[in-house]
Parts: sequence; structure tokens; C-alpha cells
Amino acid sequence: MHNAENSRYAKTHEWAHMEGDIATVGISNHAQEEISDIVFVDLPKVGQQVTAGQNCCVIESVKSASEIYAPVSGEVIEVNTALNNDPGLVNREPHAGGWLFKIKMTAPADYEALMDLSAYQTTIQK
Amino acid sequence: MNIYFGGPFVTNDLKTTPLYNACCQAGGRMVDFHGWLLPVQFQSIIAEHKAVREAAGMFDVSHMGQIWVEGKDAYPFVQYITCNNIKKDPSAGTYTHMLTPQGTIIDDMIAFCLDAEKFLIVVNAACRQEDFDWMQKQSTRFHVTVTDASDRYGMIALQGPQALEKLETLLPGIGALPRFHIQKVQLFGEEGYVTRTGYTGEDGAEIMLSPAAIVKLWDALLAAGVAPCGLGARDVLRLEAGYLLNGQDADQTRTPYEAACGWVVKLNKEDFIGKPALEKQKAQGVKQKLTAFELKGAGVPRHGCKIFYEGQEIGFVTSGTFSPLFKGIAVGYAQAGLTPGAQVEIEIHSRRIPAAVTKTPFYKNRV
Repeated sequence: MHNAENSRYAKTHEWAHMEGDIATVGISNHAQEEISDIVFVDLPKVGQQVTAGQNCCVIESVKSASEIYAPVSGEVIEVNTALNNDPGLVNREPHAGGWLFKIKMTAPADYEALMDLSAYQTTIQK
Repeated sequence: MNIYFGGPFVTNDLKTTPLYNACCQAGGRMVDFHGWLLPVQFQSIIAEHKAVREAAGMFDVSHMGQIWVEGKDAYPFVQYITCNNIKKDPSAGTYTHMLTPQGTIIDDMIAFCLDAEKFLIVVNAACRQEDFDWMQKQSTRFHVTVTDASDRYGMIALQGPQALEKLETLLPGIGALPRFHIQKVQLFGEEGYVTRTGYTGEDGAEIMLSPAAIVKLWDALLAAGVAPCGLGARDVLRLEAGYLLNGQDADQTRTPYEAACGWVVKLNKEDFIGKPALEKQKAQGVKQKLTAFELKGAGVPRHGCKIFYEGQEIGFVTSGTFSPLFKGIAVGYAQAGLTPGAQVEIEIHSRRIPAAVTKTPFYKNRV
């Protein structure tokens, strides 16, 4: 099961947790704290091809719309439908129940290019 | 994702209010708002919205401008430079617009009558210098003195159904002040003003005090359980209440008629700046008008989103947000004549989401 420690991070604040060739994707606790008050998650479609570093869905908070960049490339095979009725789950459990979608990876090397938690934390501006 | 809304800031480049330290101590996330460093939120925009709708919240609005107009011609001068019919009963306030000769909006403001020869005009922060310069320029034909006193005052907007009872504990009897009126007060040993006004659709007061005394008021209200609230919640509350944000929903390309503020224009008043242009526009009718929309699908309309009607692009959103009470709400300029209930679409992230034309206020206020 994914958590903050066993996930890897993009500098754009998305996390990915790999099991086999499947990556579960979410946003970091720091990201949810910054945008706060998430009211709508416009999830990607199952079957959609996504490319590492490119915009693939949008999270709306009261304050702003934030584009989510896929941390790895591949095909979206599952989305977290619980977020349709409860987008605030991303605020409450960013590293657990508030995951966004799962990607069947085409290039596992993408995952290795991501940062571990401590490297990510040093990048966060305070 | 891009998650930062500014900061960290070099505060030397931005103006701070007397409540800057107090806001930081209360956990405010400070952002650049028209050159001022102000809190966008404390706990959460939704929690702050709820505090104001259900209890009491306070906002640092010290960046707003206070301009005194004094002298024998104070009343005719204020009448001449703005389009509403200004009340001249001592302590009465009037919401009004100051216009260009073309009838377009320089700023919206409230003019409070202290007496026939003394008016306090409270203006938007972003327009403060321009407003003052314009008033000065117009004042040469009148026996008046125009003074920008903005730096003399800090200001707190205390809003919500419990706002006045909270203020009563510091200023007994203040609840008797009628809506849209002003009262001179003594608080923490200093002189200031309380007006029963606000920008949230709730009852409440706005308090102007010296920079030192405003900090004491903030601390006292915080101790009384008033929630500190930021610009994020303020924008949701004012949009629900149907209040114009000048600079965003109106500017010097829009007249009060176009901004759906025709009620502010009193053409039966004697001469005022912009009157001939507005008489002409009233006779001809407006092409575009600020119109309110309620989203019928999921999503959040934002400034700049395009509006479509019967497949044609007819305008754009000037202000939009997620309202905890009504979900996606927006106002924007669209062709005049759309009636409430008309079905339109608002384009959000390249998708057209159904929306309906509605009336403002979205929130039927208690005030």
C-alpha cells in the first residue's frame, strides 16, 4: 500500500508509487496544504495515454485550478472514483485514500528519475 | 502542478498594513494584492466562509482608502463627482460610483456624511491614488479640501450574524447604529469611526482606527472568538452577495448600466460628471451587460472563461468561484437581454459546461 515514505516525487509535487508496472499517482501533502479546499477533481479517462511531465488532469480548489502533470508515462487503467463525491479526500488523505489514478507504465525508467521523499522535501520552498 | 500563489516575498517591495504582523501570527498566508501584502487565507477558505455566514469573521481591510472632503461645498462637490444621490443626513452613507466624462467607472465607493460640510469617502485600495488625484483635479471649482487620510487608519471588516454582538462588548450600544450609517467612536483611548457596512452579504461593521489601536481591536476580537478571514473567503462571500469588484467586474471601459448597477445612477439629479453620456446610453440601451450565471455541471468558472449562447461566443467571465452554498457561480459580460433561466455554456479547461442565467444576489442576504 502506498504512503509518503514509499512513494517517489516529481518536482511539480505529484507522487507515484510503483507495484510491478503499475504506478499509483497522487499529490503531495505539501501540495494539498498549499492549494487547500479542493472542491473538484477532473480525473483523466481510463484508457487515456499520458506522458511524463505533461498535463493530464485538473484539480480545482476554491482558490485556483491546478493542472496535474503525469509523473510517469503510460496508460491510465483506473481512476479514484471516490473523488467524484468526495474531492476533499485529497486534502484529508493525500498519500492514502486521496490517490488520483493508476498508470500502466510504458517506461519504468521514468519512475527511477523521480525523487525520494527526503530529496523532494529539500525542494519545497518555505 | 503549480501550487504557489506567490511568496516568499521581499516585503520591502510591497506595502504592509498595521495588521501585517497580527495576520502572520494568526497563520495568514500572505500574498501580493495590488501591491499590498495581505492574507489570502488563514485556516481554509471554506471554514472562513462558514464562520462569516454562521458566526463572525474579520478581515484586514486596512489597504482601503479614506478620503476626506471638507468645506462649504462638500455636499455639492460629492454630488457632482459621483452618480448616486448622496444622502446629506448626518451619519448617513451612500454607495455610489465615480465616473469619467464618458460615464465609465473610475471606482465604486461609499460616501458618509458627517455633516453637510464634511464627508468621508471610503474607496478601493487599488484605485486610491487615482481616486484622490481625480477628486483633487475636480475640486478646483469648489470650496472644498480633499485629503487622503488612508495612512491614518487601519481598518477591520467585522462580518457575520454575531458580528455586532462581538463589537457590543467593546462598544456598548453600537448595535443601534442603522445600516449604512457611520458613528464616531472612542476605542482603546483613540478616536475612530464605525460604519455598519460590509462586503459579504452579512450584517456587520467596518471599524477605522489608528494603526496602533487597530492592532488592539484585532487582538480583542480574536480573543472573543472572531475568525480571522482572508481575501479568498472575502471574494467568495462578495460574489455570492452580488457585489461588484471594481478593476475586475468593472473598469474605465464600463458604465454603471453595463455593470448592472443602473440603480446607482440618478439621472434626475443635477449635473454630475458622466451624466450626458449616461443619458445617451440609457436612451440607446446597452449592448453588453454584467450577467450572473449558475453552473449546472461540475467545475469552477474563473475569470476569463468564455460564455456561449446557442453555440455563439457571447462574452466572458469576469469573476467566478466555487461557492459552498451554490457550487459554481460567476458573473461576466454577455449580450444584454438574456433573461433568468436562459441556458448558456461556460468553457472551463476546453470543455463547455452548462450554466443558467440567474439574478444577483446569489445569496439572499440578511441585510
